[in-house]
Amino acid sequence: MLLALGTAAVVLVVLLWELARPRALPALVRLRARLQLRSREAAQIGYDPGRERRAEQRARELLRSCVDREDWAMYRDLGFLRVWGGLGERAHAAGASYAYLIYPHRPLVAYVPQTGALLNEYCVAFPDHTRPYGSARLPDSDDVLAKWMALHADERRLIEEANMHLPGRQIDPERVRRDLVRLSRWERERSDGATDIVRAA
Amino acid sequence: MKLLRMKPGHGEILLAEGDVEVHEEEQRLIEAFRHELDAGMWAAVPSEHTDGRRRAELVKRFSDVPRDAERVIFFPRAAGGAPRTAR
Repeated sequence: MLLALGTAAVVLVVLLWELARPRALPALVRLRARLQLRSREAAQIGYDPGRERRAEQRARELLRSCVDREDWAMYRDLGFLRVWGGLGERAHAAGASYAYLIYPHRPLVAYVPQTGALLNEYCVAFPDHTRPYGSARLPDSDDVLAKWMALHADERRLIEEANMHLPGRQIDPERVRRDLVRLSRWERERSDGATDIVRAA
Repeated sequence: MKLLRMKPGHGEILLAEGDVEVHEEEQRLIEAFRHELDAGMWAAVPSEHTDGRRRAELVKRFSDVPRDAERVIFFPRAAGGAPRTAR
């Protein structure tokens, strides 16, 4: 008896689903599209270029006040920061065995300063889940400062949190090589400029 | 001492400010500090080393913050996987 009732219930459910399916599926698709549209509209309404520009200005000031003058000049002129690897034998010096490039909202790129060989990309983000104005993204310079502070304070912890990939996963290796050439030229020019000032004095 | 927090669309915002030598103000700072850590933030204290180089220290307790620190900066904790962006 129970088996018969159970079977009848299953058959009934399947029949009802077959009857409802032609209407239910398009309705579900429409509902999903409406929700996506609403979420896109909310994001567009929340975006204000002026506010984002002001936020970035404040973030740049904060970054400038926290990093070395040399590092600030590097970021201002080149758009990225270089941090020496602290886990190597000769940490925090030009002779460090590896270093990172910090780009805003891009992975950290580890490389060998002596050869320019790229080692890894470390994908890491600092998403603010409170999402004021609908976005979890910090201003560019805040993202750079967060990476800079975390690398200086606890490199191992940051690297453990990150997803490690081979070079080229998100940033074109050619671009990184060009940036390393720019960095090298930039440092030479600053060094020459400093020498000229000393000579003139 | 100032407690600052990075925020999308804002830059940094001032959470609390006070003198750690004044008991009431220190309590207010401790409360704000705990609130941010409970919300999952990381706290960093920017500082200047004796060699003149600037660096930062991550702290987990208010008692770890140097008494003479001018700022504590809170930022969202790191998560693996930056968003994919076009090259």
